[in-house]
Amino acid sequence: MSTFEFTTPVSDEDIRKVHIGDVIYLTGDIVTGRDDVHHRVVMSGKMPPVDLTGKAIFHAGPIMKKISAEGEPDKYKVISVGPTTSMRMEKAEAEFLEKTGVKIIIGKGGMGPKTTQGCIDNCAIHTIFPGGCAVVAAEEVTDVEGVEWLDLGMPEAMWKLKAERFGPLIVSIDSYGNNLIENNKVDFNDRREKALEELKGKLDFMG
Amino acid sequence: MSVDLPQEQLAKLVASFMSYSAGHLPDDVKARLAQMKETENEGFAPDIYNVMEKNMQLAHSLGRPSCQDTGIPQFFARVGSKWPYMDIIEDALIDAVREATAKAPLRPNAVEVFDEVNTGNNIGTHSPWIDWEIVKDSDVLELYFYMAGGGCSLPGFSKVLMPLEGYDGIAKAVFEQMTTYGVNACPPCLVGIGIAGSSEVAAKLSKKALLRQVGSHNPNPKAAEMEKLIEDGLNSIGLGPGGFGGKLSVMGVNIEQASRHPATLAMGMSTACWAHRRAGIRINPDFTYDLFTHKGAVL
Repeated sequence: MSTFEFTTPVSDEDIRKVHIGDVIYLTGDIVTGRDDVHHRVVMSGKMPPVDLTGKAIFHAGPIMKKISAEGEPDKYKVISVGPTTSMRMEKAEAEFLEKTGVKIIIGKGGMGPKTTQGCIDNCAIHTIFPGGCAVVAAEEVTDVEGVEWLDLGMPEAMWKLKAERFGPLIVSIDSYGNNLIENNKVDFNDRREKALEELKGKLDFMG
Repeated sequence: MSVDLPQEQLAKLVASFMSYSAGHLPDDVKARLAQMKETENEGFAPDIYNVMEKNMQLAHSLGRPSCQDTGIPQFFARVGSKWPYMDIIEDALIDAVREATAKAPLRPNAVEVFDEVNTGNNIGTHSPWIDWEIVKDSDVLELYFYMAGGGCSLPGFSKVLMPLEGYDGIAKAVFEQMTTYGVNACPPCLVGIGIAGSSEVAAKLSKKALLRQVGSHNPNPKAAEMEKLIEDGLNSIGLGPGGFGGKLSVMGVNIEQASRHPATLAMGMSTACWAHRRAGIRINPDFTYDLFTHKGAVL
């Protein structure tokens, strides 16, 4: 297990250095995007109004607070921003990578075979920020540069964040087709069968 | 006294209670996580527990919601039959949600179905969701507020088994759900199981099971035994914090039951993430209160 410090734009060379189980701290541009953004880009075929090449997409629906006074240009502050379930984006993520040039996906839980293939094809990775740790993440965001597609509502909009040493980001899918959480699930399923075997006869309350 | 006064008072108190519970886990959950952190001393687990702990401290010191997903607001009200302000509770709870959403601030999560529009203030059709119980001979309003996020709501389900599938069938379904969806639900989770005669009753009981304390036991000895067996079994799978693997999987398993029909064995399952933001308050007729899930808290 190695630890890396990357800055956006992240290059293919950077991505090829990392393997599942490595940890990354990321400085630079992170843009939030979840269900509706993926739907709009992949299913509705609209290009995002932000250039995502070499940047990170963060599966997150933040709590934002407007801090600008009335009449001034809108300015926001992050209150709380943690990862959401990445698996919800499985259907669209590979195509999203292809269309946008995103290099790092940040979320929680694993993603499936389509995204794993997408990471090989587009030289990209999926990483996990510890779930439920949204204030730690918010404190690593140094600025909110703006927002796009706010018509989707606060959680679903694309928030353009600047971050400093954002992490820990644990690499769960690398660009070589390895998938940490899928590997874990094989063990979990084996142990589940053993546990169910152990339970046999112990829950026979029917008499 | 103005007629609006009790509604305003109740709304203000509940809004503060909601904001507080968004940033502070209940005592039983904090104690269990501290215990689990001691056991989880290998692999990624210690680092993840350290970030979780840092997050709890920052949420407290900065006065912020500890998770960005503050859930669909759900109240579980146990209203004393002699509570004097029966008429205004529902409106006061709606006002409280509006106020807490703006002030805490909470994430606006109410998306109107079919219109597919986020209402922006957590008020919508049947939102907040309020579950009512009447407690006889009491003049106290006991209110649970629960912020269930999307991730930990995802494993939730209910179904009706045929009785010959037995209690083993319930265990099997829970184990499969936890190995399929558990990693997304921010483990270590608290698992709630409801057993009844029909699916909606089982589902509701599974949610009520999550309102029970971590480490509490069902009063029926067989149910308590089943809680223990499922808890030990799930822990042997070793999901670890965040699904990265470890020695444990769950904070606990709570089961609630209702009589079943001879021909049905219905089960429901709900899960709570490690950041189990469940808060309970008892409010007296003079609006003095006891925030019984968070000892020593002052709103």
